[in-house]
Amino acid sequence: MNALKLVFEKREAVSPAYKFISPLLAIVMSLVLGAIFLLASGFSPLKVYYYMWWGAFSDWYGISETLVTSIPIMLCALGVALAAKMLLWNVGAEGQFHMGACAAAWVALSMPGAPAWQVLPLMVLAGMAAGALWALLPAVPRAYLGVNEIITTLLLNYVAIYWVEYLVHGPWRDPVSLNFPLSAPFSDAARLPFLFGTRIHWGLVFALAAAALIWFVLGRTKWGYEVTVIGENPRAARYAGMNIERNIVLSMCIAGALAGLGGMAEISAIAGRMTRQLSPGYGYSAIIVAWLGKLNPWAVALVSVLFGGLLVGGYSAQVIGVTAASVNMLQGLMLFCVLATEALGRYRVRIVREVARAGKEVGVDG
Amino acid sequence: MADSMFVSILSAAVSSGTPVLYAALGELVCERSGVLNLGVEGMMLVGAVSGFLTAVRTGSLAAGVLAAIIAGGCMGLIHAFMTITLRVNQVVSGLALTLFGTGLSGYLGKSVIGVPLSATFHQVPIPGLSSIPVIGTVLFKHDLLVYLTYIVVPFLWFYLYRTRPGLHLRSVGESPETADALGVNVFSIRYASAVAGGMLAGLGGAYLSLAYAPSWLENMTAGRGWIAVALVIFAVWDPFRAMLGAYLFGGIDALGFRMQVMGSGVSSFFLKMMPYVFTIVVLIIVTATAARRSSRAPEALGTPYERE
Repeated sequence: MNALKLVFEKREAVSPAYKFISPLLAIVMSLVLGAIFLLASGFSPLKVYYYMWWGAFSDWYGISETLVTSIPIMLCALGVALAAKMLLWNVGAEGQFHMGACAAAWVALSMPGAPAWQVLPLMVLAGMAAGALWALLPAVPRAYLGVNEIITTLLLNYVAIYWVEYLVHGPWRDPVSLNFPLSAPFSDAARLPFLFGTRIHWGLVFALAAAALIWFVLGRTKWGYEVTVIGENPRAARYAGMNIERNIVLSMCIAGALAGLGGMAEISAIAGRMTRQLSPGYGYSAIIVAWLGKLNPWAVALVSVLFGGLLVGGYSAQVIGVTAASVNMLQGLMLFCVLATEALGRYRVRIVREVARAGKEVGVDG
Repeated sequence: MADSMFVSILSAAVSSGTPVLYAALGELVCERSGVLNLGVEGMMLVGAVSGFLTAVRTGSLAAGVLAAIIAGGCMGLIHAFMTITLRVNQVVSGLALTLFGTGLSGYLGKSVIGVPLSATFHQVPIPGLSSIPVIGTVLFKHDLLVYLTYIVVPFLWFYLYRTRPGLHLRSVGESPETADALGVNVFSIRYASAVAGGMLAGLGGAYLSLAYAPSWLENMTAGRGWIAVALVIFAVWDPFRAMLGAYLFGGIDALGFRMQVMGSGVSSFFLKMMPYVFTIVVLIIVTATAARRSSRAPEALGTPYERE
């Protein structure tokens, strides 16, 4: 009696070829899994994927919209990745994004006649400060009391979103908006300029600058070294006299500031007024992006563009009746597939034929 | 008059706390075996939508509940495979499960948004018990899914603390190496706990979509899965304390809703924030004081087990 059995054997090191193939493998796997769901609900997966690709990458307009959508994701994800370097899970980018947008909107709405050179820098500062403050709330209990930051940052997202709802339904509602939950539109001076005649805006410059800065700080400065050591070995860091608590608060605040800047850029350049539909979940996508980018700022920036494309493609797939939620599902699947392929890289899968009594093993490398 | 309102808020606290309680019990079992699952929110949503879809299609509530339990169990199984077999980071896998579950439930539920159920869970007052003043109304005038928790909570407590399999489950969460050396199968216990946790979360979701709401709305759990995770910490991994915590949460939720209906003058958005703020504050207090008490998390929580 022979029985086939899958056996996972630990590899000494991940093979270099696999490191290169694994992200591609993950994308293919998630597309295949997504196709199964699409088929099950009566869509032709090829048609859906074609529409998504066509909407996001086939022409200059699609590409520019993809970049526009990648901006908030990129800013949020860079922050998430920086915090994650210190083993901090900032699941609260969504809330920090909204608070940043709120603060920026507050500046814009209270300085209607001011010139751009005054109002825009103030909006940037206010957005970053509000995002940082919103991250400070969970950061301090995490640093000094050990309160689980995953739960607190996440729950604060709901608080932030209700705060936005309160503002647009209450004190900020534009009297001429016909009862729609919208604030008054910003003055032209409070709108972040577009670039290259598209909707790509200065937020992209902020995001790329942030990526460069984080890359430089992490790789080339003493503080960056501290962050890396604390993330890799907190005990060693403590013995070396590094102030872990202060660094936790600091990196969370920077993460919050980046997400807040994302909120500011989005509301100033794209929305132009406070609304309740600022984000289709950029802060949540950011977590996946940070992980897919292996916390490397440049890789994070690149993956953000891919996810921007996924969202834009999702919009165009709605033309044939696929819901927006299918994109979220696909994002989740992608993360699973990446995790699985990464893990599989650590193992050699063998098919073992178990022969009764005689313990002979026939191995096939997989 | 004021008295009857107090009673009705307490009664609402029990029904509002019940979905969170199911999810928290599931997470408790899972964490007791050493597996942290942050996918509760996603598992609840998938449970809620599967239960609702099935109930709409078949017209049977029992089928709906069963479907929710199975769907939640499947979600738990994904997490188990990722974290126990592939030894993926439990935090990341749980987050992925939440994001995937949110997307999947929105995708599946698109066709039944706003569709009414032909049958929903009714109040079934327990004869005799429900006529006890105050307590009768608060505890014994609910639907069957609420009563089920009155059985599940003591059962879980008994199972965990008074039976051999329960001892094995806890030992796997405290010290898998020792448990393994004593011949306990760490992998199968962790798999079973993760799947059972998913089933309970799915059931919690079904309570929302089939009894509490009863309807399907995208993201209808609104963070209850995360509140359940926080409750487990509040409960120091004890089923009875999880029950207390769930009703506390339910009380805040019910109070906010009541104030909204009565027109308290406070913006409804602030009232809606209350359960989240409350949970955060409680979590901070509990964590800050936990160091001084003997209570603590299972020793091996969050660490994958690898047989050397």
